[in-house]
Amino acid sequence: MTKVDVAVIGGGLVGCSAALHLRRRGASVVLLERRRCGGQASGVNYGGVRQQGRDLVELPLARRSRRIWAELDALVGTDCEFEATGHLKLARSESEMAELEIYASRAREFGLQLETIGPERIRTRFPWLGDGVVGGSFCAEDGHANPRLVAPAFARAAVATGADIREEIEVLHACHDGEVFELCLSDGTSVRAGRLINAAGAWGSTVSAWFGEPVPEEVMAPNMCVTGPIPYFLVPNLGVCGGGVYVRQIRRGNVIFGAGVGVADRDEIVARPLADVTAGAVRLAVDLVPKLASAQIIRTWTGIEGVMPDGLPVVGLSETTPGLIHAFGFSGHGFQLGPGVGAVLSELAIDVATTVPIDPFRIGRFSNDGTSRHRAGSAASSPGRQSGMQSGRQSGTTRLSPVT
Amino acid sequence: MPSTVIVGAGPAGVRAAETLVQAGIRPTVIDEASISGGQIYRRPPSVFRRDPNALYGFEAKRAGDQHRTFDNLRDQVDYWPNAAVWSAQGRTLSVVTETGPKELRWDRLILATGAMDRVVPFAGWTLPGVYTLGGAQVALKYQACAIGEHPVFIGTGPLLYLAAYQYAAAGVDVRAVLDTAPFAAKCRALPGLMSGGRTFLKGLYYVLRLRARGIQLAAGIRPVAVNPGPDGTVSGVVWHDRRGREKRTACDALAAGFGLRSETQLADLCGVSFVFDPVQRQWLPSQDGEGRADIEGVYLAGDGAAVKGADAAELSGARAAHALLYDLGRAESARELKALNRRLARSERFRRSLEAGAFPFPADLAAGAADDLMICRCEAVTAGELRKSVCELKATELNRAKAFTRLGMGRCQGRVCGPAAAEILAESLGVPLEAVGRLRGQAPVKPVPMTAFLDGAVS
Repeated sequence: MTKVDVAVIGGGLVGCSAALHLRRRGASVVLLERRRCGGQASGVNYGGVRQQGRDLVELPLARRSRRIWAELDALVGTDCEFEATGHLKLARSESEMAELEIYASRAREFGLQLETIGPERIRTRFPWLGDGVVGGSFCAEDGHANPRLVAPAFARAAVATGADIREEIEVLHACHDGEVFELCLSDGTSVRAGRLINAAGAWGSTVSAWFGEPVPEEVMAPNMCVTGPIPYFLVPNLGVCGGGVYVRQIRRGNVIFGAGVGVADRDEIVARPLADVTAGAVRLAVDLVPKLASAQIIRTWTGIEGVMPDGLPVVGLSETTPGLIHAFGFSGHGFQLGPGVGAVLSELAIDVATTVPIDPFRIGRFSNDGTSRHRAGSAASSPGRQSGMQSGRQSGTTRLSPVT
Repeated sequence: MPSTVIVGAGPAGVRAAETLVQAGIRPTVIDEASISGGQIYRRPPSVFRRDPNALYGFEAKRAGDQHRTFDNLRDQVDYWPNAAVWSAQGRTLSVVTETGPKELRWDRLILATGAMDRVVPFAGWTLPGVYTLGGAQVALKYQACAIGEHPVFIGTGPLLYLAAYQYAAAGVDVRAVLDTAPFAAKCRALPGLMSGGRTFLKGLYYVLRLRARGIQLAAGIRPVAVNPGPDGTVSGVVWHDRRGREKRTACDALAAGFGLRSETQLADLCGVSFVFDPVQRQWLPSQDGEGRADIEGVYLAGDGAAVKGADAAELSGARAAHALLYDLGRAESARELKALNRRLARSERFRRSLEAGAFPFPADLAAGAADDLMICRCEAVTAGELRKSVCELKATELNRAKAFTRLGMGRCQGRVCGPAAAEILAESLGVPLEAVGRLRGQAPVKPVPMTAFLDGAVS
C-alpha cells in the first residue's frame, strides 16, 4: 500500500504536467498510466500550439499554458521542438473575415494580440496560398511542437523530482471513504491518496462515473496525414474558419495536415484513419496550399480523443467528492492547454483554488440527459459569445484543507 | 456475386489465380507491376529482346511457365496492373490505379504481397552506387542495365549468388562475391541442403560458375565500409576476411542484401495477428498451416507470409486458393490441400537449412552498428540516437523508439531500417529480439502521391 498526497490517473500531458507541478510544490505524487505516458491523444495529436480561435473562455488557461511553453526547455530539459512560427487562421469568405475581425478585438481583452490581414496583403505575405483565401488572422505567439516528445518529457522531469510514475499499471477502480481515496491497481496493489486527479482523457468520464458524476463524453479520432519532405516554405501553422482543415510544415520538410475523423473504439483502445477521409483531407489541403500537390503521403494516423458536447473540457473540482479534481474531455484542442492545466491542477490540489478562471469547465454544467445546462451546444470559436469569466461561481469553494 | 481478390501477381498470386479460375471463380488480381511475374520472374518491357535463358538462367522455364499461365488467364480474371493497395479497412481495399483511386470490397482475400531485401546498414551504405540485391536484379531484368561496370556483391543468402551469377552471365565484370556466412556453416547445413535437390544443385552451379570465371568468392567476411571516390560515388569496399584481416576491393557499385523480409503491411492493416518467427527473425502474420489467417476470409501465400522461395510460393499460392475453395464448400480441395502440404513440408527442411544453417542472418553486425552510423536514412537517425532513446528516454519497444527518434517514420516506414533497428534495440536492452515488438502497420503501405486524390483522378 502506497500513501501519497495526490494520485493522478492518466499519463497524458495533463497528468504528467500535474505530477511535475505537484512535485515542485512538494506534494508526494503517484501517477498511474495504463500503457505508456503520452501514448494516446497527447502523443499522437496534430501538434498545434495554438491560442487563437479558441473559445474565449479558454483563453486565460491558454495564456497561462503559453507561458509554460516558452520555458519548456528550462522546465523539462527539452524544447520538444516547440517553435513559435505563428498561426494563421484563414477566411474564405467576407463573413468569415468579419468573424476573424470580431474575434481579434475580443481576444485583445485577454492579452492575445492578433493581426488581421486583408485580401490585398494576404497573398503578398503568403504567396503560396490558394485562390479561395480572402484574408486571415495571424497570431505570432502560436506555433507547433512535436507531440510525441512532450508528455514523456514532463513525465521524466516529474520522476527526476521524485514523482512515482507507474506505467503499464491500470487503475481498476477508485473510491473515497470520506477521508482518503483508495485506488485498486491491476498489479494487485493499492494506493491511498488525499487528493485524486482524474486526467484520464477519453476515459475520464469512466472515472468521473465512479464518483457519481457521469458526463456525456464522446470520442473522436482526428484523421491526420504526413507527407514526405518537400522544401521548407510553409512557416506558420495554418487553420481555417470553421476548423475544417489544418496544415503545418516542420523544418525537416514534412507537411502534417488533417481534416475529418477516422474511427475510434474507446473500449478496445484502437483508432484508425479512414481512406476516404484521407482523400478528402488531401483535397482540402491542396485547395488551401496548391503547392502541396507535389508531395506524397507517407503515413496516416489518428488517436482517441474525448469530446464534450459543448466542445469545452472538464476542468475543476468534483461536485460530489471533496479532493477529487477532474481534467479531461479536451475535445480535440488539449495539446496547447496541457502544460497549463497541469499547473492549475497542482494549485487546485494544494491550494484548493486557482487564479485562472476555470468555472466554464466545471463538471456540473451537464444535466443528466447530456445537454449543457448553461450553454447551448458548441460555442467554440463563436466570436459573438460573451466570455464566461463573469458567470457562475468561483472555483475553490469547497471545505477542503490544503495539502501540506 | 461475392468478390474474391488476390493482391500480388508473383509466383504465389499467379498460382492462386489459376486455381480459383479452374474452380470457376473470377478473381480480381491487383498488382503493383505493369505485368505479372513478381520480383523473381519480373518481365522486361515488351520492346526488350534479351533471351529469357540469359535473363533468368535456370529459372527461364519456370518464368516462362508463370508468364504464360497468367497470360492465358487474362480473360478469366479482372486484372488491375499498375495498381497499389495503399490501405485496408474492414473488408475494403483502397487502391491507387492508373485511372484514379478506387475502393474495392472483398469477401475473400488472398494476400500474396511478396518480400523485399533485408538491409543491414554498414559504413557508406547510403552512398550513390549502393543497391540492394533485389534492386540490382530489377535494374538488370527490367531496365536492362547494370548497377555498375565493376560491381561487388555483398551480404548473405541464396540471392547473393544468383544475382552475382546473373550479372556475370550478362557480361558484367563482377569483382567479388562476399558472404558474411561462414563456409563451415554451409558444410554443417549440407545434409539439409541436399534435401533441396534440384534447387540446391542450381545454387551449387552458380557458385561454381562464378568461381570458374575467376571471380573472388569469400565467406565468413564482415563488411567494414564502402569508400566514396572523388565524385562521391562508390570507389571500393573495405571488408574483413574470415580471419579478421582487412581487405580492400575496388568497385564502382555495390549490391548488398542479407536475406529477405516479408512484406506484411496489408495483413497488418487487415487486422491479422502476428507471431514471431525465430528463423526469419521477423514477426509474421499468423496462419493455420493452410494459409488461413485469423481474420475470416483472409488467406496468406508466398514470401509475404513467410520467406520460403519462389517454388514454395507457387505451392502456397495454390494452397491458399484451395483453402478458400474448401471454405466455400468445395470438398475436393481437401485432397489438394493434403498433397500441397506434403510438398511444402518437403521443401521446409531445405528452407530451414538455407535460412538458419547456410546463410544465417548476421544479427551481430546489425546490432553492433557504430554509434555514428545512420540506420534510418529517411529521417537520418543514427544507431547512437536509437541507443540514446533506450538509455535516456526509456524506449523499451520499437514503436516507442520510433516516436522519440523518428526512426521508421520516413518514406520507407521502417521497411528498410526496421530489421536492423530491432536488432540494435534488443541488444541495447539485453532482451530477445521478439521482446522489442514490431513497428505498427499504418496506411499507406507505400507512399501515395497527393495528386492521386485530386480532380482529374477518376473514381
